[in-house]
Formats: sequence, C-alpha cells, structure tokens
Amino acid sequence: MVGPRPAARSYTGSMRVLAAMSGGVDSAVAAARAVEAGHDVVGVHLALSRAGGTLRTGSRGCCTIEDAMDARRAADLLGIPFYVWDFSERFREDVIEDFVSEYRAGRTPNPCLRCNEKIKFAALLERAIELGFDAVCTGHYATLVDGEDGLELHRASDAAKDQSYVLGVLTAEQLAHTYFPLGSTPSKALVRAEAAERGLSVAQKPDSHDICFIPDGDTRGWLAEKVGAEQGEILDRDGAVVGTHDGAHAFTVGQRRGLRLGVPAPDGKPRFVLEVRPVSNTVVVGPKEALAIAEISGERRSWAGAAPSLDEFACEVQIRAHADPVPARAFVSAEGVRVVPDAPLDGVAPGQSAVLYVGTRVLGQFTIDRTVSAVPVGA
Amino acid sequence: MHYLDHAATTDLRPEAAEEWLRVARTSGNASSTHGAGQRARRILEESRERLAAVLGCDPIEVVLTSGGTESVNLGVQGLWRSRLEGRDAILLPDGEHHATLDTVTALAAEGARVIPVALDGVGRIPVGSFGAALASEGAAMATALMANNEVGTVNDAAALAASAAEAGVPLHLDAVAAFGHLPLSFAALRADAPAGAGLVALSVAGHKIGAPTGTGALVVARTARLAPLLHGGGQQRGLRSGTQDVAGAAAFALAAELAVAERATESSRLGVLRDRLAAGIRERVPSAELLGDPDPSGRLPGNVHLLFPGAPSESLLFLLDAAGISASAGSACQAGVAEPSHVVRALGRSVAEARSVIRFTLGRTSSDADVDAVLAVIGDAYQRASGAASSGS
Repeated sequence: MVGPRPAARSYTGSMRVLAAMSGGVDSAVAAARAVEAGHDVVGVHLALSRAGGTLRTGSRGCCTIEDAMDARRAADLLGIPFYVWDFSERFREDVIEDFVSEYRAGRTPNPCLRCNEKIKFAALLERAIELGFDAVCTGHYATLVDGEDGLELHRASDAAKDQSYVLGVLTAEQLAHTYFPLGSTPSKALVRAEAAERGLSVAQKPDSHDICFIPDGDTRGWLAEKVGAEQGEILDRDGAVVGTHDGAHAFTVGQRRGLRLGVPAPDGKPRFVLEVRPVSNTVVVGPKEALAIAEISGERRSWAGAAPSLDEFACEVQIRAHADPVPARAFVSAEGVRVVPDAPLDGVAPGQSAVLYVGTRVLGQFTIDRTVSAVPVGA
Repeated sequence: MHYLDHAATTDLRPEAAEEWLRVARTSGNASSTHGAGQRARRILEESRERLAAVLGCDPIEVVLTSGGTESVNLGVQGLWRSRLEGRDAILLPDGEHHATLDTVTALAAEGARVIPVALDGVGRIPVGSFGAALASEGAAMATALMANNEVGTVNDAAALAASAAEAGVPLHLDAVAAFGHLPLSFAALRADAPAGAGLVALSVAGHKIGAPTGTGALVVARTARLAPLLHGGGQQRGLRSGTQDVAGAAAFALAAELAVAERATESSRLGVLRDRLAAGIRERVPSAELLGDPDPSGRLPGNVHLLFPGAPSESLLFLLDAAGISASAGSACQAGVAEPSHVVRALGRSVAEARSVIRFTLGRTSSDADVDAVLAVIGDAYQRASGAASSGS
C-alpha cells in the first residue's frame, strides 16, 4: 500500500509559530521541536468547555484545569509565552451542536474532524494570522510535503498513529499555515521517550480518546439527553414492523446489539441496523450481507491541496479514522463526489467523512450523503 | 517591561520587604508567654496599632487575615451567620468582586435570599435604590464595594453606610481596590451608627499597596455580631484563630503608612498619567470607549478601563504582552481564561462587549514611559485584534 514516501517539508528560517497545546504529550513535544528548529513559538491552550472538570479521569475529559496546567508547565519548560484562549462558544456552536443536529438528522458525524475544520485550523488559525503568526503548530501525526502542484498532506510515518483522516478536511490555504512537527516520527513510543528526555511532565500521560465533550464516554446516554427519547418502529427491508425502539438517534449503521426485536428473522440469522430514518423515527434492520456498500457519494467536499485534474481516477477510500483504506474509483462532478470501491465497504453511515488517498497522499474528502447497498432488497 | 496591571498586584515596597525580612528573622510566637513570645507580641500589636491609625479604627477592631478574599469571606459569611432571627436576605449590588459574589452564591445555597441592586451606567451603586432595598423585609446584611476593582468607579461609601445605619442593617464594605487610593476612615464612615448596624466590617489587602501578598485585614466594629470562619486557638478576639504572622503584620503596617502618607500627591500624579493614557488611546483608536465614570473625581486615580469594539481582549492582551506591556481584561478564573466580565455586563453591555475590554491600572512605579509604550502600539494592536489589518487578505 505504501509506496516510496516523499520527503516531509522542511521549515527553514524562522517562522512565528502558534503552538496549540492541549496538555497532552504530543502537542508538548511538537511545540518543543518547533522551538528547537529555531522558530519563534508562542503556546496557546484552547478552553473548549466552560463546564470543564477540575481533574482528568483516565483518558477522558478535556479542558480540565489540570490539562491547562499541564500545557502551561510544558510551555514553562520550553521557555515560551503561554496563553489560554476561550473558544468554548465557537466549539459549542460548530462542534457540539453540529454533532447533536447531525445525529438528529440520522447521520454519524466525526467531531474531531469538525473541530479541526472549524476550530483549530479555522477560528484559531484566523486569529493567529491576524496576530501576525505564520503557522499553527499541532501534535497531529501527519506530514506535509512540497509536491509538484503545491503543498500535499500525507499520512504519518507511524501507521498506527496516523491522523491524516481527521485532517482530510483541511484546504490548501489552511495547509499553507500548518506545521506538524511529529509527522515523520516512526512511532509514538519515541515521542514519549523524547518527552521524558526533555523533562516534560506529560511524558507518561495517557492518550486521550473518545469524544472529549462526553466526559464519561457514554455517547448514547449523552445523546438521549440532548435529543430526547421517543418511541418508534423497527422495520425490516420489506417495510414490515419487527420491533420498537426508544429513539432512532440511539442506533448507528452496523449495530447489532440492543435491538430487542420481537419478530425473529425468517432465516433465524442475526440482524443489523442498515439505516436510520430520523424524520419518521424509524430504524431499518436486515442481514449482515446487506451492510455491504457498493457506492457512496456526497456533495460537501474539500481538496487537501491542488484539486484533482481528472474527473475520474483511481484512489483509495477510507471511511473512518481507523478503517483500512479500500481501492476505489472516484468520480468528481459539479454535484459532488461519487466513489465506487473495488470491494464493498462495511459499516458506512451517512455523515461520515470519506477521505480519498493516493498512496500516502490525502487528496481530499467528502461527507457521505448517500450509500448504495451491494445487496438489493429481495436478493 | 511596562507593568500596567497594578490593580492585580503592585510592586512590593522596598521598605516593606526589608521590614518583612527583618522581623521574620526574629523568633517567637506572639501567643507564647515567654520572652521571645512577648517580643513578637509587641511587634504584632504595634503593627496593629499603626494599621488602626491608618484605617481610622481602634486596634482591637483590626483582625489580620491572609488577604482580601479571606477578609471578604469573614466579613460576609461572618455577618450572615450571626444575623438576627427572622432576617434571611443579603443585599448584593451587581458587579461586586468574585470574592463577594461567590461567597453570597454559596450562602444562597444554604438558604440566603439575595436582593440584587443594579448599578447605574457608569458602574456606581445608586444610593437611592440601595436604601430602598435596605428597607425591604428581612434584610439581614448588606455588602458593597468602596470602589469597583474593574472599571474603577468610586461609590459614595458614606451615603451607603448612612443608609445602612438608618435601616438598622449591618454593612460590609470591600475597600480592597480603594485602600491607599482614596481617603478612608472606618470611624468616619461608621459615624454614629447604632450598635451592630451601619458599617460594621471593612476589608483591605496588603499586596495592593506594596505589602507582601498574604497579608490583609478585616476591620470589625467592636459592636458587630460576627461569627468566625476559622476555629482554634481563639486569637484575635476569637474571630480569626491561627498563629499570627508578625512579620507580615509589620510589613503591612509600614506599607500602609507609606501609602497613606503619599496618597494625595500620588493620586494627583497618577490622575495626570491616567488622563493622558485615556486620551491618547482614544486619539489613536477613536472607537475605543472609556467605561466607568468619565468624571476623574469619580474613578480610581490609576484606572483606565476601555471597551475596544470588535477586538477580543485575548488578542489585545497577547499583542500588548508581546510588546512588553502587562494589562488585564478584569478578573481571571483559575484556568486562566478571561471570562466575559460580569462587571461590564452589569453596566448593561453585551457579552461580546464584555469580551472586548482592557483594564490598564497605574501605580507607584508607573511613569510617562509606561503611557508612551502603550500609545506606541495600541493603534496597530487594535487594527490586528479587530481583524481590520488582515481583512481582505
């Protein structure tokens, strides 16, 4: 899959760099490398939640006072100025409310991607440029490469940590003001070792995962509270009622557990959620084979660098942060992007972002609006 | 480096620093009965007498604390916990310091009823509505700022104290921002109020006048009913148990004497700098608006508080800091986030406006060079912070 890797962009000379510091190990080491490379670095911690907790609990929670303190102590060690900026209002509007309304519309959003698109590389980057900075630096694992047609976004060297998927929404303009010092590091373990060597107290801090604004990790419970519970029907692919549920938002495509169906399938095989219809508050279920998706398409797209010169091209498509990329053909038109994978895709839900790659390079992405099942009804 | 945040804290006076260390090197617990204890006690009580002289009260009325927040907590909670039966309300003007605001919020959770008093457009507590609220049923106590720490507006403390006396309600006055900058006499403000009513408690802090951080006092009238927060050895009339900080008291007393001695000349010197700073900024940023009282006699001498429409405080503070200028957006919360100022909101301003303010405060070490430094960069900083510099790019 991975061909010869082009060399990562080298940032020579001295840039004015605004380092976004979450309080985690990655952004601390990224800032340290930026300082070491001779750039003029200022650290900033984004307060994204007004109701943030005081202390971390394991790998969950964000914007706690402890995280802000960890970021501040890392900045102290690096000898750089440090500020806490309040982006909680923007975060609530552009990420949290978007997350809720997407679920309400029966779609499955990725809030990390939205945060990169709207907050870190938009609101923060805009402010950085206004204040005279050349680039925003983050601890993301991805690389930037100077290609023939301009700047390119590529996967990180460490495939296990690669975060290019959630950066697929960045545009050429945004990439031009972005700096990822960790992208070429062979492994996260080396970043931790480097943090320890530099004396950064966050060297052994657990990785964050889950959705940062849902502190206990209970996404379903959190959504039920926001969206509200309302009983609806569970249908099979022929439209027959096979059960009831307490709110369509609690279901996601590919889900098997928690359906509590009253009517067994004719063939006795387990059934899976195939579709969520929020307007009618219904959930459609069917056999596992029916989850296979032969085609995806969407209108909302962006190109991470130069737009593709062809209307039709071979690429790989990745539909989740940690899904395997699948060889595919992409068709680009004024209406949007349509992708036909060589082999059917599993677990595709509208609202997800489909990121297109050629080798290690990220071409761009689109938000999935429509899917076509590989198995027609009645087959 | 140009420090224009003297309201946050001001430089330790060299004389106070010296006195602090000199006394700290002597041994003895002021509560011990042996010779060492007696020597410490003598320094402590002399310091208390000197502070009393400066504050216009009796030495027995000076309760030394760890600073403004503790003084306010003792004043507000103490009065509430020893309130008269049948009275359940606290009179709370808008725009008070968080030390007061959050203390009253905590008491409200315990059942206190809060009677708010709205500020006028310049941030002053209207004496009329304060008096009217005092007359309402069940008022147990009242609290008020002598001068607002953010926008610098000076209240009519004498009139507020008089109306509390007349209503028979005890008043706590938060003089942390005013002390050292305005004439202040506890006895004069208390006037001939009846026992347990009118001005009964007054908070001051050491680090705002060049004493060490960690020093402060609550003046508690002899006749006040006030319950302690800290229980233990029964020091300081049983109102504040704990081994007393003799060195801190000595340094605080000296700094207070120096501050009060130079107050008149220093106030007029700072007033001139303040007016030049305010006028100079408005010349360079015509849309900037001075908040608080535009009448110099109605605001703290070192306070310039401005609204910069469309420019986030965070951006302005960053640009000023990068130019070596320390200023503030008001009070900061623990995570270091500049909250939209509740004081600016209390002036009837929007959340967006409350996020676009800068407070410059001058003090003992301020000079024309500090004013010049701000004036040299403020125009460009405003352009950048408001996005005007990069718009269209």
